[in-house]
Amino acid sequence: MIPELGHFALILALMLAVLLAVVPMAGVVRRDLTLQHSAGALSAGLFVFLLLSYACLTQAFLQDDFSVAYVANNSNALLPWYYKVSAVWGAHEGSFLLWTLIMGGWTLAVALRSEALPTAMLARVLSVMGALTVGFILFLLMTSNPFERVLPVAAVEGADLNPQLQDFGLIVHPPMLYTGYVGFSVAFAFAIAALLSGRLDAAWARWSRPWTNLAWAFLSVGIALGSWWAYYELGWGGWWFWDAVENASFMPWLVGTALIHSLAVTEKRGVFKSWTVLLAIAAFSLSLLGAFIVRSGVLTSVHAFAVDPERGMFILVFLLLVVGSALALYALRAPVMRAEARYEGLSREVMLLANNIVLVVSTAAVLLGTLYPLVYESLTGGGKISVGPPYFNAVFVPLMVLLLLMMAPAPLARWKRTGAAQLMSSLSKVALASVALGLALPLVITGALELWPVLSVMLGTWITLALLVDALERVRNKQGLSAKLRGLKNLGAGYGGMVLAHLGVAVTALGIALTTTYSTERDVRLAPGESVTLGPRTYLFEGVAPLEGPNYVADQGTVRVFQNGQPIAVLHPEKRRYLARQMVMTEADIDPGFFRDLYVALGEPLGEGAWALRVHDKPFVRWVWFGGVLMMFGGLMAAFDRRYRRLKLRDQAALAGALAS
Amino acid sequence: MSRTSLFLPLGLFLLMAFMLWRGFALNDPHELPSALLNQPLPDFQKTRLADGAPVARQDLLGTPFLLNVWATWCPTCKAEHAELNRIAARYAVPLVGVNYKDDGPAARAWLARYGDPYRLSVVDEDGSLGIELGVYGAPETFIVDGDGIIRYKRVGAVDRRVWEEEIRPVLQNLGLPLEEPPA
Repeated sequence: MIPELGHFALILALMLAVLLAVVPMAGVVRRDLTLQHSAGALSAGLFVFLLLSYACLTQAFLQDDFSVAYVANNSNALLPWYYKVSAVWGAHEGSFLLWTLIMGGWTLAVALRSEALPTAMLARVLSVMGALTVGFILFLLMTSNPFERVLPVAAVEGADLNPQLQDFGLIVHPPMLYTGYVGFSVAFAFAIAALLSGRLDAAWARWSRPWTNLAWAFLSVGIALGSWWAYYELGWGGWWFWDAVENASFMPWLVGTALIHSLAVTEKRGVFKSWTVLLAIAAFSLSLLGAFIVRSGVLTSVHAFAVDPERGMFILVFLLLVVGSALALYALRAPVMRAEARYEGLSREVMLLANNIVLVVSTAAVLLGTLYPLVYESLTGGGKISVGPPYFNAVFVPLMVLLLLMMAPAPLARWKRTGAAQLMSSLSKVALASVALGLALPLVITGALELWPVLSVMLGTWITLALLVDALERVRNKQGLSAKLRGLKNLGAGYGGMVLAHLGVAVTALGIALTTTYSTERDVRLAPGESVTLGPRTYLFEGVAPLEGPNYVADQGTVRVFQNGQPIAVLHPEKRRYLARQMVMTEADIDPGFFRDLYVALGEPLGEGAWALRVHDKPFVRWVWFGGVLMMFGGLMAAFDRRYRRLKLRDQAALAGALAS
Repeated sequence: MSRTSLFLPLGLFLLMAFMLWRGFALNDPHELPSALLNQPLPDFQKTRLADGAPVARQDLLGTPFLLNVWATWCPTCKAEHAELNRIAARYAVPLVGVNYKDDGPAARAWLARYGDPYRLSVVDEDGSLGIELGVYGAPETFIVDGDGIIRYKRVGAVDRRVWEEEIRPVLQNLGLPLEEPPA
């Protein structure tokens, strides 16, 4: 009964989404305020029914209702309750229901938090979001219904959740990632609404900014979590593989980053309007493209697409409709007038434009590398190939170096024009310090000069010190420490968010360069009592003991780690066999640290108690994700800047004045 | 900026969508003719992965062999590796690896971990041999006959079907005795 209730709630949600797509928009066309005002209530109703539907599916998992095909295929009676809850998004159908629910959440959030928006604008925005939701729900109902029953009930215990997904990382990673993906629909809806109304002004950019920052913050942490999960769960110690699923999330992030910067220019200076609209369309389109790549089956093989052509074709047609009509609208309605604001060659506008160009070129490079194997395979009928990290690293790394290089002067540059002499005087000492530190630190600590550590320490120092110099210059006129601190606080949450996010980028870049250069690993055969030395540490293997988990049995190894004769850690890597799927999983054990991770994975048993072991020493690997966390806090901080609320009130007052006169 | 230029993104998108659609809707995909088919294996001077000893084209010739382009960064290579191991263990056909744009120590560790089906692997760190071979990506597999002429090319993973239906017949035509060994 409960699955049917969930199915029915989903159908009702579809009805409400259709109404939301049509009624407020009709209200705008017919200048009918009542119809426009219905958007809020419809958004709330839509969210409630999506939530009900989602809750029903969760309940089916908790009750082990194996008559539901999706539950039978992705859960097991023995699964702990928290994995039953997260198993809801463990496979295609349920995860898309979560995606749709999150879409409903964003729609409701926009409806609730936009009381200062002109009614017609809000009606348009919510209608666009309703139309997108119609597509998502139709996709669920027509091709991916998670509530489908198999009667008579064949499964007694359920096939179990894929063991790779039975993990904390997977509980949190998809919701964060989807919140980011889907969050770009808000910027998209604002862009479409602005194009429809012809009101592409600073106010539009200001309304979009907090939502974009918020979506970007979630996407940043979502990607970081995914990378962290791959690192500890896949058992190879790798944290980024340039595979199509990762690229699918990385492309919207890159364009989203460009969008954040371009929105700033449009709000503050009223320029780059068409470009900003295009980025807003592109960011969400790439989210949809990512969904297409991941969900159509083209990843396993183009031939898998042919096995389930309905699903892939639906997304392709949906993509064509959404992106095609958005770009057509853009072509017809985007302003062609040259902006009236003037700026010079050395100004913040130009710096941000350069940032945008680098980010968009990077996205194009990733897109090319991701689609090329798919297109190749489909056009020639050949097998699956990868262009792999050699291609991506060769193209991507130089672009990122360029981007990092620009991250020091850009925050210091002023709008309209920046004195070259002033910029030079601010940055020359920073440059000097960066070069000195970049050479000195790696040399002193490792005794060797290697390209990437030197370059990354230089760039990290370059960015960090430039931010510091900028902050100090902004409070230069304040007398006394407390006045200076107050001055810093008055720079606002937006400014603080920028600083945090930029620091996050520097930290991630440092982590990537250092861990790539300095990581060491060894594959060894160890019998109990034998040890292996890697760097300054010795790993003593004490043997393996059987262990029984809730839905698996495991061989658990014990490895004691010594440094300078002192024990510093005990690690318990496992080799698990999950009973329902008879799948063997390597569960690495990690001793995490701010400066280094010690990582031990159990390989194969080699007889007589001996095992193959893989031991990694991974310096600075945490920094890769810690930077992502900083970026998230930066994005959140900027999104909740009070300035938006204040300016919203001003917009409201201006509007009220306009109506009164 | 004119109105026409604003249509550029739409045009680009439609072009891309058309290619995707055409690609995925094709039911009868056709093999691109390999420019190298029935051409001699390109000349090269490289080193062996195992010990760094020099290896050149003429060292490989004599009997027909399989040339397999692989790398540790390539997930599909990992997927096809079990089949290569099986072929090497069961049939009398030499396999030669081309370790394409890879890291030497990582590649050696990889072979130690997953098994080494190759008689030898040629180190192609700069990818120059790959360019000569017209490699699109990894993995790719070539059949080279005893005179060093390329007789077959497979882009993508070799699986049981590809082996039975495509590679084995070609090798048998070249005169290799590939009888099923007694179970």
